[in-house]
Amino acid sequence: MNKRQLEMRNFVRRFCKNRLAVIGLFCFTLIALLVIVLPPLMPYTEAEIDIIAFNAPPGSSHILGTDTVGRDVLTRLLYGGRVSLFVGIVSTMISVLIGIPLGLLSAFYRGWIENIVMRLADIFMTIPSTILILFLVSMFGPSIVTVTVVIGVLGWTKFARQIYGSVLTVREKDYVEAGVAIGQKDRLIIWRYVLPNAIAPIFISVTFRIASAIILESSLSFLGMGVQAPAASWGNMLYNAQSISILKNCMWMWLPPGLTLMTTILSINFIGNGLRDALDPKTALE
Amino acid sequence: MSKDLLQVKNVKKYYVSKKGFLSGPPKTVKAVDGVSFTLKEGEIFGIVGESGCGKSTLGRCILRLTELTSGEIWFDGVDIARLSREEMRQKRQEMQVIFQDPGASLNPRMTIGELIREPLDIFMDRLTEGEKTARVEELMQMVGIDISYTSRFPHEFSGGQRQRIGIARALAAKPRLLICDEPVSALDVSVRAQVLNLMAELKQQFGLTYIFISHDLSVVHHICGRVAVMYLGRIVELAEKDILYRSPCHPYTKALLSAIPQPDPERKRERVILQGDVPNPAAPPPGCHFHLRCPYASERCRQEIPELRETEKGHWTACHLTEGVKE
Repeated sequence: MNKRQLEMRNFVRRFCKNRLAVIGLFCFTLIALLVIVLPPLMPYTEAEIDIIAFNAPPGSSHILGTDTVGRDVLTRLLYGGRVSLFVGIVSTMISVLIGIPLGLLSAFYRGWIENIVMRLADIFMTIPSTILILFLVSMFGPSIVTVTVVIGVLGWTKFARQIYGSVLTVREKDYVEAGVAIGQKDRLIIWRYVLPNAIAPIFISVTFRIASAIILESSLSFLGMGVQAPAASWGNMLYNAQSISILKNCMWMWLPPGLTLMTTILSINFIGNGLRDALDPKTALE
Repeated sequence: MSKDLLQVKNVKKYYVSKKGFLSGPPKTVKAVDGVSFTLKEGEIFGIVGESGCGKSTLGRCILRLTELTSGEIWFDGVDIARLSREEMRQKRQEMQVIFQDPGASLNPRMTIGELIREPLDIFMDRLTEGEKTARVEELMQMVGIDISYTSRFPHEFSGGQRQRIGIARALAAKPRLLICDEPVSALDVSVRAQVLNLMAELKQQFGLTYIFISHDLSVVHHICGRVAVMYLGRIVELAEKDILYRSPCHPYTKALLSAIPQPDPERKRERVILQGDVPNPAAPPPGCHFHLRCPYASERCRQEIPELRETEKGHWTACHLTEGVKE
């Protein structure tokens, strides 16, 4: 068995030792599958209004009831899940795509690029992000795309700093010098020598970032600055359920999105913890 | 007489500590302080000295793995100290390196096959895929690694095997000069001889030139032709190994040689025991760097730095005493 297979097997074993991580992975996969597969199969669309059933409690025609304007809660929950997962995953991808190359290059080359990029990161980190996001979203108009892009672009600093740190360690390794000595081009030294040896910790932060981006999108929607009705998101479903009477009497409107949001975030965080343990070779097998 | 392959002229490498807010004036460590020597094609040139004397830094300077502070390095008629990064990269085909720690110098994420093939991809790209594979297998056989191990990773091999892989990789692009930085220091004594013999064989086979950096005098004696002894960034003595080992001139060389373990307990030998430690390289003593520990130090040694002079044909020493003897 070669190293990659062996590493993979040990990785899976370590991951599986963490029960919560396995449960998290299971829940997350289940939610993702339901959210992707089910919406087209639902009898309603997310904006469809059932004029004879406003505020209808869960029943035979609306499994989770309807909201204040008569839209099916289950359908909206599923469509909202699509939005939440999309925002979480895509904005994280944007952050990674901006942060990783910048952090990598500034750590590898040092010098002026390091100064510019890392000072820029410092500046970005001093700005209270929620306020900036609110401002930007209101400037460009709230929509799924704006929210995703703004969350993604503003989130690059975390990844840039993290990869910067680990590349600073890796670039001093003997094998990187050996690559230079063998006559390899910088581009391939970065690609073959530095990146593969520095990337592991990023996987963990990616999972946590997806979770926090989902929360951020929900908070934005809850503040009315996120995804706009009639499109659904978990955040704006909660936003629509703000009044005391709904909170008191129509639990089906806020409990399902609240619970799914919580389950998703917990699952992703558990997966992240499991990844961290699995990537650390010091975690014992048996 | 074969021609000169490498000429190192007055190479200096100073490390300057960054000036901090409260740390006072910056300190300069003269890791390599004016080293010159000439290397003939096909020679094995040894550089010995205790740790911290600058021998590895010198090797890295010659390879331009670190930028020199000043000096010239003429390799085959070109001053490589003045080449641009890209020109230097091209030149690396002709000068390769074998590192001290074979465990740390092979990329853990690449297979043995990929590692040995890499120099071919860089410098011999006109070869077809098949020819490259054949060359990789040839190299593996040459250093005695089974070709069925191509897709394994470095950590699956022993220290000796890894060093062989390092050698195969260094030889892949057919270099002329090989700088070996303590190539056997990290190896078991039992494996050491194998690797040394392999290196000697390969030298014969391909007409290689070696610079062999080591702190181990017996290893250097085993493999080298000429030997330079370094102390605190300077060459203190340079001669053919037989002359150097039989009749060393510099007191430091004498002390070093007397420290080689003697296998024959009957043969008694005068042991020169040095007093004190190597001085702090950031603040070396004035005059001859060695005078604090030298049993023969005179007033002149405390003030004047001795030049490296040819005391006999091909025997260079940097010591005021030998000069006196000669005159």
